[in-house]
Amino acid sequence: MSTISRDEVARVAALARIDLRPDEVARLAGELDVIVESVARVSEVATADVPATSHPLPLTNVFRDDVPEPALPIQDVLAGAPQQENGRFAVPQILGEE
Amino acid sequence: MTQDLTRLSASDLASALRNKDVTSVEATQAHLDRISAVDGDLHAFLHVSSEEALATAAEVDAQRAAGEELHPLAGVPIAVKDVVVTKGLPTTAGSKILEGWIPPYDATLVERIKAAGLPILGKTNMDEFAMGSSTEHSAYGNTKNPWDLDRIPGGSGGGSAAAVAGFEAPLAIGTDTGGSIRQPGAVTGTVGVKPTYGGVSRYGLIAMASSLDQAGPVTRSVLDAALLHELIGGHDPHDSTSINEPVPGVVAAAQQGAQGDLKGLRVGVVKELSGEGYQAGVSARFDESLDQLRALGAEIVEVSCPSFGYALDAYYLIMPAEASSNLAKFDGMRFGLRVEPAEGPVTAERVMGATRGAGFGDEVKRRVILGTYALSAGYYDAYYGSAQKVRTLIQRDFAAAFEQADVLVSPTAPTTAFKFGEKLDDPLAMYLNDIATIPANLAGVPGMSLPNGLSDDGLPVGFQILAPAKADDRLYRVGAALEAALESRWGGPLLNQAPELKTTELAR
Repeated sequence: MSTISRDEVARVAALARIDLRPDEVARLAGELDVIVESVARVSEVATADVPATSHPLPLTNVFRDDVPEPALPIQDVLAGAPQQENGRFAVPQILGEE
Repeated sequence: MTQDLTRLSASDLASALRNKDVTSVEATQAHLDRISAVDGDLHAFLHVSSEEALATAAEVDAQRAAGEELHPLAGVPIAVKDVVVTKGLPTTAGSKILEGWIPPYDATLVERIKAAGLPILGKTNMDEFAMGSSTEHSAYGNTKNPWDLDRIPGGSGGGSAAAVAGFEAPLAIGTDTGGSIRQPGAVTGTVGVKPTYGGVSRYGLIAMASSLDQAGPVTRSVLDAALLHELIGGHDPHDSTSINEPVPGVVAAAQQGAQGDLKGLRVGVVKELSGEGYQAGVSARFDESLDQLRALGAEIVEVSCPSFGYALDAYYLIMPAEASSNLAKFDGMRFGLRVEPAEGPVTAERVMGATRGAGFGDEVKRRVILGTYALSAGYYDAYYGSAQKVRTLIQRDFAAAFEQADVLVSPTAPTTAFKFGEKLDDPLAMYLNDIATIPANLAGVPGMSLPNGLSDDGLPVGFQILAPAKADDRLYRVGAALEAALESRWGGPLLNQAPELKTTELAR
């Protein structure tokens, strides 16, 4: 039984913002299926009375003093960008519509 | 000095430097020469930073000559896994999406390495974004195992392990999310330690799974690992999960352990991490090591961790879910690759899809899509939520086991190094490599792998030691004791038995 169809893979790939070729969608549908079947096993022991653990050691939120710290020079940060303009990241249009 | 400087342990090289028997420039050049001679075959390095390394070495030599107080490891060269950002040195995490990227800052652990005066030889190969157990998922080609060039060096940190095993570097940095330090250590006959989660700062590590990732030492001896652990460990205000306590006394523990007295120590054998699925030679070496520990005075007890059977399943939900979120930053806007769609409007969303489609390899796509699926509406509770509950169960198993034993032990990996391509088309078989290492990441406890012999196929086997959170020193005490006993039996380190690598004549 296939848990994840090609359509589902394509839908999730769109959510993940990864363009896949048709052959990649087909292969992933088969591969993800195997993995999902195996991981479904966790539900066998994850009963309602077991609390979830998000981090290995208990965490409390950490704050630092509210004082300015030096930031990286703008040019150093922009140096790795695909495109820059006037000291800023240059990006494609954000909205699909005109 | 006429002896081959690349064969020295980091601690012996450090002593030679302190005694002024050798300079850091000589030691660094010897390793760079070795890299030139063997890395064409091994391909442990993605980038070699000769100039920067020699400059650091010269600086340390000058400071030493001037009588300045230096860090014990000052002048000892080191290799850094390419998932750790290094200011001014290319950092790709093994991915095409970051090809040519030069970070504008140093990871905290790199800052500490630089402050201590260790010349950085270069950046080591790895599975893309640390996703893999063989380096076959690197976008830049496989790293070879120095014991057999047709075999995998483990992963994801196969480059760091091969560099150390191949005498290209005495020390290296690795990162371990599900075993990426320990499993490469096992299959290359080297020592690898995953510290307690929070023991070493994650600031400047290109994150895969933030609640599992941990950086640690990759070396040829337990003492060397301890020296590097103390250097990179400790609190960092830039990492909110960093433990705000002193690093456990790992160097002292390694020195104490090397005396070989383990009287009163309780060693727990994890029942679920042995037997079926473990290669006969791996099991045989493991049993011999238990006898060895018993001979050193340790008491061996069997412990049961029934939830470990679900660890792999939980891991393969938590890890992709966190990875899918962490890798969202690779959007083609601020760093790395940008690819525009072949047709249609050029919008940010479509550029992101095209960039990731072109820039991510198969395994990264697989895990990001699985993670996105596990986190998407309707599946969260069943998948990610359930996996987090398994984490609680595994922690409880560890807590119960550590009531009965001071450390837990198992083989590090079920098999010795396999051949390239053998498991590439079967993700589940590949994932099974990590079956014994993953529980430690889920629970946050520290783990070490050290070589404990050769299997029937003549390839190295790894012995894993696990300790309670923040008790990393126990790994070093037990590891150093076992190492000393084994090496006295072998007549030297296991790596002395590795075949000589073919060297390329240096063009001078």
